[in-house]
Amino acid sequence: MVGLTHYLVLSAALFSLGVLTMCIKRNAIGILIGVELVLNAASVNFVAFSKYQSGMLSGQVFAVFVILLAAAEAAIAIAIFMNYYTNVQTIDVDRGDALRG
Amino acid sequence: MSIDALAFYIFAGVALVSAIGIVVSTNIVRTAVFLLGTLGSVAGLYFLLDATLLAVIQLIVYAGGTLVLIIFGVMLTSKSPWMKFSATRGQIVGAAAVSILLAIGLWALVLKADWSNAHPMTSAPQVADVGNALLTDFLVPFEAASVLLLVVMIGAAYLARPEK
Repeated sequence: MVGLTHYLVLSAALFSLGVLTMCIKRNAIGILIGVELVLNAASVNFVAFSKYQSGMLSGQVFAVFVILLAAAEAAIAIAIFMNYYTNVQTIDVDRGDALRG
Repeated sequence: MSIDALAFYIFAGVALVSAIGIVVSTNIVRTAVFLLGTLGSVAGLYFLLDATLLAVIQLIVYAGGTLVLIIFGVMLTSKSPWMKFSATRGQIVGAAAVSILLAIGLWALVLKADWSNAHPMTSAPQVADVGNALLTDFLVPFEAASVLLLVVMIGAAYLARPEK
């Protein structure tokens, strides 16, 4: 029998893997993919809680907004990466050290 | 084992294996394809959780929109699609230790908590119910989100324009 705990354990694993992706990727787009993974883990939590709390749709509505924000964030991030690429000629995040003291 | 449980384990397995693939692969194009696997199986999990509208939104907006955007980003920001950067061994070990600790902490919290008053919904919510909630109880965030989308559209077009 699949219950609430199964979903929560899965989303905790997805969240940790997303954090790990954000930490170890040097490619800026890889870091963006890690952020998407973390946001998805949070959405799974919201929807699971929405199912296991009778008469509440807030979880599903929250997940809709999370997906919307993720799409908006990806659009802006890609635009910033393209500017970064024209300035630094690479997408490696360690090379963007122009403001280093 | 019921068909629901079987479907859950299949979707959860695909999501986890793809997420591990995202972490392990050093090729950015493969990483994006693994992300598609995770997004698709999370959409399947939404179906299992009776959130049909969300599952379809996940497939259309994430798998159809955001992922294409990411692939375009990869295409526009690399001289060759097979280029690789990787972190040093020390950074990888530190990051792995932190995320394993995070996972263990979250699992301990989830498994220790008392979920005895969490019962599944008796009737599945319809798409119309979510739409009604969006346009009544959540009207202000809904309108704010539309303004946000407009700002993002203008901002992205401004940021990505060629230098004069």
